Amino acid sequence: MALAETNKKGRHRSALFSRAVATALKTMASIAVTMVGLLLVTFVIGRVMPIDPVLAIVGESASKSTYDAAREAMGLDKPVITQFFIYLRDVMHGDFGMSLLNSRPVAEDIRRVFPATLELASLGTIFGIVLGVPLGVLAAVKRGTWIDQVARVVALVGYSMPIFWMGLMGLLIFYGILGWVGGPGRVGIFYVDIVPPVTGMILIDAALDGNWTVFKDAFSHIILPASLLGYYSLAYISRMTRSFMLEQMSAEYIITARVKGLPERTVIWRHAFRNIRVQLVTVIALSYANLLEGSVLTEIIFSWPGIGSYITTALLSADMNAVMGGTVVIGLIFVLLNIFSDLLYKVFDPRAR
Amino acid sequence: MKPFSNFVASAVLGLALVATGMPAAAETPANMLVIANRIDDITTLDPAESFEFAGSDVSRNVYGKLVNFDPMNLSAGYGPDLAASWEVSEDGKTITFTMRDGVSFHSGNPVTAADAAFSLRRAVILNKTPSFILTQFGFTADNANETITHSGNTVSITTDKRYATSFVLNCLTSTIGGIVDMKEVMAHEADGDMGNTWLKTNTAGSGAYSVASWKPNESVTLVSNPDFYLGAPKMERVVVQHVAESASQRLLLERGDIDLARNLSPDDVKGMADVSGVKIHTELRGRLMYISLNGKHSVLSKPKVKQAIKYLIDYEGMQNSFLDGQYTIHQNFLPATYLGAIDDAPYSLNLEKAKALLAEAGVSGLEITAGVREAQERVEIGQSLQNTFAQAGIKLNLVVGTGKQTLSKYRARELDMYIGAWGPDYPDPHTNAGTFAFNPDNSDEAGATGLLAWRNAWGTDGLTEKVAAAVVEGDRDARQGMYEAIQREFLETSPFAIMFQKIEQNGAKDSIENLNLGGAITAVSYWVVTK
Repeated sequence: MALAETNKKGRHRSALFSRAVATALKTMASIAVTMVGLLLVTFVIGRVMPIDPVLAIVGESASKSTYDAAREAMGLDKPVITQFFIYLRDVMHGDFGMSLLNSRPVAEDIRRVFPATLELASLGTIFGIVLGVPLGVLAAVKRGTWIDQVARVVALVGYSMPIFWMGLMGLLIFYGILGWVGGPGRVGIFYVDIVPPVTGMILIDAALDGNWTVFKDAFSHIILPASLLGYYSLAYISRMTRSFMLEQMSAEYIITARVKGLPERTVIWRHAFRNIRVQLVTVIALSYANLLEGSVLTEIIFSWPGIGSYITTALLSADMNAVMGGTVVIGLIFVLLNIFSDLLYKVFDPRAR
Repeated sequence: MKPFSNFVASAVLGLALVATGMPAAAETPANMLVIANRIDDITTLDPAESFEFAGSDVSRNVYGKLVNFDPMNLSAGYGPDLAASWEVSEDGKTITFTMRDGVSFHSGNPVTAADAAFSLRRAVILNKTPSFILTQFGFTADNANETITHSGNTVSITTDKRYATSFVLNCLTSTIGGIVDMKEVMAHEADGDMGNTWLKTNTAGSGAYSVASWKPNESVTLVSNPDFYLGAPKMERVVVQHVAESASQRLLLERGDIDLARNLSPDDVKGMADVSGVKIHTELRGRLMYISLNGKHSVLSKPKVKQAIKYLIDYEGMQNSFLDGQYTIHQNFLPATYLGAIDDAPYSLNLEKAKALLAEAGVSGLEITAGVREAQERVEIGQSLQNTFAQAGIKLNLVVGTGKQTLSKYRARELDMYIGAWGPDYPDPHTNAGTFAFNPDNSDEAGATGLLAWRNAWGTDGLTEKVAAAVVEGDRDARQGMYEAIQREFLETSPFAIMFQKIEQNGAKDSIENLNLGGAITAVSYWVVTK
């Protein structure tokens, strides 16, 4: 009997393991197909664009022999399909090619600009979650009251006010007039290149280096753009939280909980809120991914050398290696965030396990 | 975004600053020059390859040349730099330079004639974008060893035929004339690239500064060379930060976090007029704004139509409105301050004359398409032209595209009309004469895409020969007269309507002295700046 039980448990474990392996394989296959598809689309767009990447490099004064030499060096004289497979092979080795415009490896450029965006987006998202979720819950619980109206206006302003305007106003008031925060750039010019780059995120690198002066300066520079991005994130998260909460608050189990005499706080946070966590994860992941994609306007106004402005500059200059490299990285982030959300679903929702 | 940004920036900043006033400005260190500029055009630091504005700014301060311009007296023209003197052979084809003694590269290696010969040969052999500045004298990868030689303390260059000495020397003042440290560069050679890969991101010069770091689209930091042969620069460190927005540059300047703002919009310049501690520094640059008509177009190629179009441009209206402070009227292909430049401006908006010329040419109901890149001032020029053309019955369609899209069509001779800008490549009149008024083979097969006359399918009506004669004229005054005559003829017959010359307005702290952006002929010189 005991043996049969052990065998049953063993079979169960083995089945679980097989299922996990199958899921992992399926996920990896899905990532691979997505990434190859993304590479193909980006590559094709790069080749059919009505701009001449060779001209972007050599300029309009170049002689024909200079032009031809550059074209050959860029491999553009080869058949397109060959170019694609060469590109695919290189990407597999982590090589996105050289930036046509600044003569550096694209992978090195991305390692430099992506941490700047990651730092900004993460801080912005934290801001959005910490304020947006409670605001959304409060607005739902106090539906129709002045608190709900305030939350609505806050979100509306966040949705509708151009970030360009908000950025300039923020800079003018908090940097120009009040002098409370640092100006454009990641750190003051005197603090450039002082802490050794470890993660590329200045706040973390300064903390690791124990250089609190640089940390303080970097914080004074990031706080304004991060708050702005966080505000837009807050607007989205709070509206979605409110809507999810309203749906839960009118459900029968909430009425039952209240009839049972549970304290309101328990009803809200332990019953209703627990049930919106899965939906919230999706909303937050999407919001985070959008910020990681790089908020180009914010980066331009605040002279923030992030991936958004990197890709935009590359695109306008026909630097297709840089555009494709940046697009692949952003595509990968979306895929990874999706996987991370799936994992969180399983943590929050037993039915998804 | 641009028009909106300018409007928003000036409106918001103007109102708020007037209402509240700025807090006391901070100060940058006395030995440090901090600049906000758009530096996303730097693609390489190699002088044999660099050909962009921000790149030239770096190069001019890092590399010495055989001959160069004195920033404190630009109008004097070229003078000795790493070459202390030079002699021209009797046949006018060979120039022999005697090197200055006691000058060292940043590495400590002495600057020798061998370095100078190597640098010029290297630029020819690498055949990068600006190489035409040297190869136009007949230097090729095959003959470089024979035509560019050194012996002892002298370096000689021998051109394929006699050219005006001023033409050759003017070309050597451009970025490609930068003398690199041969030992240092060749120590970093890879796959026979003559150190090109290394020199794209590193520097090996003998100038006033060396590059401490270059982060693309982020910053360039220069540190001074204490052994610079003209004396150690006062500014020991120059930091150029990439700040794309005019409004952000203005805020940084008014807060005292930078010393110089290089890309202020006209609205921001006006807004800063009364700000204490800040001044506006103005210089005439070499960039010209022009329109051109395609000679392949059956109607636009008619002489009277070309004339009529030139009378349909509201030069003054544009100069006094959206181009105010940014461009000044200039109707000739040589920018003011160039040898041979003239200030003739026979054209102004004259609807009656234009209509009469169109009627004489038998033209009515003309519809043309103009390519214009998405830069704010060019689109506004296009809109002004649409308005004035319409008054003479010409319908002008604007096709707005990115710079690359529009340029690709222009180079393929596919546009009826082009609204564009042109900046001289080197500080000699031939740089513009050789593209606006020179086109030895007007056939499609010639593929001379670098020549503006070819792009507009214009055979130059005999000006090609006159330009070719001017470029070999040894007498400076005679040469000047030739360019003046060429331009007067060009004004009459060409399919180009040159309209404006660029004015650059920078915001600088009051304390900044000896600022020189390079005028129309060269780039900025940091080593003379004090504050």
